[in-house]
Amino acid sequence: MKIKKILSLSYCLSGHPTLPCNVLKFKSTTIMLDCGLDMTSTLNFLPLPLVQSPRLSSLPGWSLKDGNAFLDKELKECSGHVFVDSVPEFCLPETELIDLSTVDVILISNYHCMMALPYITEHTGFTGTVYATEPTVQIGRLLMEELVNFIERVPKAQSASLWKNKDVQRLLPSPLKDAVEVSTWRRCYTMQEVNSALSKIQLVGYSQKIELFGAVQVTPLSSGYALGSSNWIIQSHYEKVSYVSGSSLLTTHPQPMDQASLKNSDVLVLTGLTQIPTANPDGMVGEFCSNLALTVRNGGNVLVPCYPSGVIYDLLECLYQYIDSAGLSSVPLYFISPVANSSLEFSQIFAEWLCHNKQSKVYLPEPPFPHAELIQTNKLKHYPSIHGDFSNDFRQPCVVFTGHPSLRFGDVVHFMELWGKSSLNTVIFTEPDFSYLEALAPYQPLAMKCIYCPIDTRLNFIQVSKLLKEVQPLHVVCPEQYTQPPPAQPHRTDLAIDCQPPATSYRRAEVLTLPFKRRYEKIEIMPETVMM
Amino acid sequence: MPEIRVTPLGAGQDVGRSCILVSIAGKNVMLDCGMHMGFSDDGGPGLTCAASPSHFHLDHCGALPYFSEMVGYDGPIYMTHPTQAICPILLEDYRKIAVDKKGEANFFTSQMIKDCMKKVVAVHLHQTVQVDDELEIKAYYAGHVLGAAMFQIKVGSESVVYTGDYNMTPDRHLGAAWIDKCRPNLLITESTYATTIRDSKRCRERDFLKKVHETVERGGKVLIPVFALGRAQELCILLETFWERMNLKVPIYFSTGLTEKANHYYKLFITWTNQKIRKTFVQRNMFEFKHIKAFDRAFADNPGPMVRPCGDRCCPRAPSFHIRGAWEGVIMPGYCVQGTVGHKILSGQRKLEMEGRQVLEVKMQVEYMSFSAHADAKGIMQLVGQAEPESVLLVHGEAKKMEFLKQKIEQEFRVNCYMPANGETVVLPTSPSIPGGISLGLLKREMAQGLLPEAKRPRLLHGTLIMKDSNFRLVSSEQALKELGLAEHQLRFTCRVHLHDTRKEQETAMRVYSHLKSVLKDHCVQHLPDGSVTVESILIQAAAPSEDPATKVLLVSWTYQDEELGSYLTSLLKKGLPQAPS
Repeated sequence: MKIKKILSLSYCLSGHPTLPCNVLKFKSTTIMLDCGLDMTSTLNFLPLPLVQSPRLSSLPGWSLKDGNAFLDKELKECSGHVFVDSVPEFCLPETELIDLSTVDVILISNYHCMMALPYITEHTGFTGTVYATEPTVQIGRLLMEELVNFIERVPKAQSASLWKNKDVQRLLPSPLKDAVEVSTWRRCYTMQEVNSALSKIQLVGYSQKIELFGAVQVTPLSSGYALGSSNWIIQSHYEKVSYVSGSSLLTTHPQPMDQASLKNSDVLVLTGLTQIPTANPDGMVGEFCSNLALTVRNGGNVLVPCYPSGVIYDLLECLYQYIDSAGLSSVPLYFISPVANSSLEFSQIFAEWLCHNKQSKVYLPEPPFPHAELIQTNKLKHYPSIHGDFSNDFRQPCVVFTGHPSLRFGDVVHFMELWGKSSLNTVIFTEPDFSYLEALAPYQPLAMKCIYCPIDTRLNFIQVSKLLKEVQPLHVVCPEQYTQPPPAQPHRTDLAIDCQPPATSYRRAEVLTLPFKRRYEKIEIMPETVMM
Repeated sequence: MPEIRVTPLGAGQDVGRSCILVSIAGKNVMLDCGMHMGFSDDGGPGLTCAASPSHFHLDHCGALPYFSEMVGYDGPIYMTHPTQAICPILLEDYRKIAVDKKGEANFFTSQMIKDCMKKVVAVHLHQTVQVDDELEIKAYYAGHVLGAAMFQIKVGSESVVYTGDYNMTPDRHLGAAWIDKCRPNLLITESTYATTIRDSKRCRERDFLKKVHETVERGGKVLIPVFALGRAQELCILLETFWERMNLKVPIYFSTGLTEKANHYYKLFITWTNQKIRKTFVQRNMFEFKHIKAFDRAFADNPGPMVRPCGDRCCPRAPSFHIRGAWEGVIMPGYCVQGTVGHKILSGQRKLEMEGRQVLEVKMQVEYMSFSAHADAKGIMQLVGQAEPESVLLVHGEAKKMEFLKQKIEQEFRVNCYMPANGETVVLPTSPSIPGGISLGLLKREMAQGLLPEAKRPRLLHGTLIMKDSNFRLVSSEQALKELGLAEHQLRFTCRVHLHDTRKEQETAMRVYSHLKSVLKDHCVQHLPDGSVTVESILIQAAAPSEDPATKVLLVSWTYQDEELGSYLTSLLKKGLPQAPS
């Protein structure tokens, strides 16, 4: 009899390097690594205003060059850009490449990389288990809750589909013309689907060894990027795959990255590097503060489009130290999100997942984040939405933190409409996930100042090179974007991964064979045999 | 023979002051380091690899600074995050009482507590902590108090689980202890309530609240001594929710200080509490009480009803008895150690000798309520069932009750159960299997010989076991030779068989060939050009000795691998050749 050669395969379901979704077939288990949701697709849609916006509703319909206007109900034109006037839709990971009902487990590395979970667990026949740390699940739930809330509270009757027709799409202007897989774009899930998806998650702790069917052991490691964020080790007795996703070596609030455990890997899958390799996060924070101060001193308001968790904790901590010295202690800080309160509360109870400094505060016992004090002294106020209490308390000039960073839904849409016309006001972009120019497109022409201070604490290429030298994997697998300099800066060869042997790259919908040299298999020897 | 040795230095047939030494595969681990100090000196601290207090109660961690700073233990100390946070406060409080109030000399100092805490390594639940290359420990949720943990100690395939104090039923602020089917060689479990089976928690709580309610309705004052941190919080939550539901206005006063400070920890470590509190904490943090106020001495003589939980359960110096107003009732929630005020009152003693030889008469009603967060007999059996250990060892209980539980465990689970006294050592022989690797090449070659492997039938496999740096590898002999740089030695057997045959050697060889060809149909028999005959790898040559032309000698030679076929052939040839049909 001939033994069937067992290959280790990797199915790449997402082309987005920071929102990965890979499926690994390893030792007869099928493991999905992350399920990120590409939300940049929403940039093609018109914003969902909370309050009826005469400007948005009076945008002209778009017509073909020959004057054919059969699409004018679906497509609207704003300052030379064309937008779909419909419920925003998201670009899902590939669902056709592999039968997703055969996936045994899903490993989640951080709360940004689980946003597609309900699509996978609820609609593909998936019957396995999802593993994630407690902060990942709790904050992931908040992000999903916010997303669902943002979209459901502004019901939109129209769901455009005509433009998705391949023959029609071809005629559209860029970027709609080049949008990929538009036929598979889906509307947002419901809260019911979110709850059902989250109920399939089993909580794990760092360095916990989880046995999968006695064939494979998986272990989450601290990755230093966000509360509860993890890298994963997937290993059998003689093979080891490291999955690195969204890691950081900077000292912000999370527990530092565990690098040592990544050593001796046969294969290291590398995703989630910084999206802004040329910017230094510390410098960006400084710029953020000084621009904020400048605007407020001139009597303007500051708008910070952001996610309800993550960098916002660090920004609040910076402002906590900064506002007094800058003489801005009387300027109110508003945090508006349906999950603002939960996010602020949750951040204080994950002592075990925090960096050493913050942990020792808990031992005093004091809350680890200073935003507790900002709230106590009434400098920071949080509201579920602009409706209700906020409209009574609202004072200007002020600083508003609110979502969504795509500027397509959420309370941020209202503030863009409200403050966009005055050059006194400033919008400061800190989240790196969306191109700020594209995000701003449907609001043009705009008088307000726009500052781009992307804060991305994930590994840059210098740090990655150092890391790879340190942990010395036999092979590196990464998205194709990381193997060559960014298209806009082709001469910057330093903005690509440099390792030996060269990294194997993947793109969306590709299947890779992982190079393993297996030489041994585990046995157990009875003590009597050895005693002989 | 490898073995596991367990010596309780405290909590052997005794409640309180837990301290257990475990020696497993040459590693010594101390589990808990309770405040009793008598035995610590002969514990051989130099040998100990790790100390793991299971939770912050002083009978489990009280002697830590003594052990690490005064006896000289210099290794790591493992505990969970909440234990690490709360432990130093209790130690400091303990030190203050011992030194400032009792005037004990040679006690550890505040600095020693700080230095001791520096040796602490905090562990997450279920995290596998690699203490060294071989020893690993893992913490499981134990209920009991905030941050309480059970510890699994593992070296290779040998393991011991120590439960510390645990609770198998969730209460108002904590969840239930849980462990997976980890099948340890030994489960060391507490057995405080070895013989008790508690009725439903709901009934107990209802009874308790009824008693409190009746007393305050009568205008009486209720004193509820709760010694243990954790129980105090449980009691507060119980009273708070009852007060809220019944809309009561009677004041509840709580001692300021420790419990109040501990409440802050409970708020920050909410992830360690039960599901319900965790789910609702954003809307309402259960540890922010509305009805419970801080106590002031001036309130003690206030007329009218009040409820006063106080922080000293069974301590002989109970400061709460300084307020000797007209207390209507005392409710004892929990276990009272012999010799304490609590125990005396419960056993019906009506006169108490206080410090300074004062005698105090007990006029109030006394009630006992089991409110302890320890597992009862049912819970202990449940945990044994969950973990499926090979044997069980009982600690932290009274000898008589242990005896009963021991019998029950031995009957139900058919495992050995031990209950050593302090200083007594239990030795458990183990037979750990030794992990090794088998070369894939060898495995594939075996498979290629046909025959699917059958799970239930043993099969012979030839290979070479290489032991290097305590690593075992089973490889093919060729690979072993190559790796170790050894030349191959061949072992051959040779045998001479005499045949009566007058013909020439070549003809004899031909006859042998045709004979073997007809007998051995399944084997490859060949007649080589040089005149010799081979059967597989066995070589047969015919020779004519000069002295006797009528006799031919057959030289048969085979390697030791072909011993079976070789000896068969020899015996076959010895029987002679059949007559040639000439």
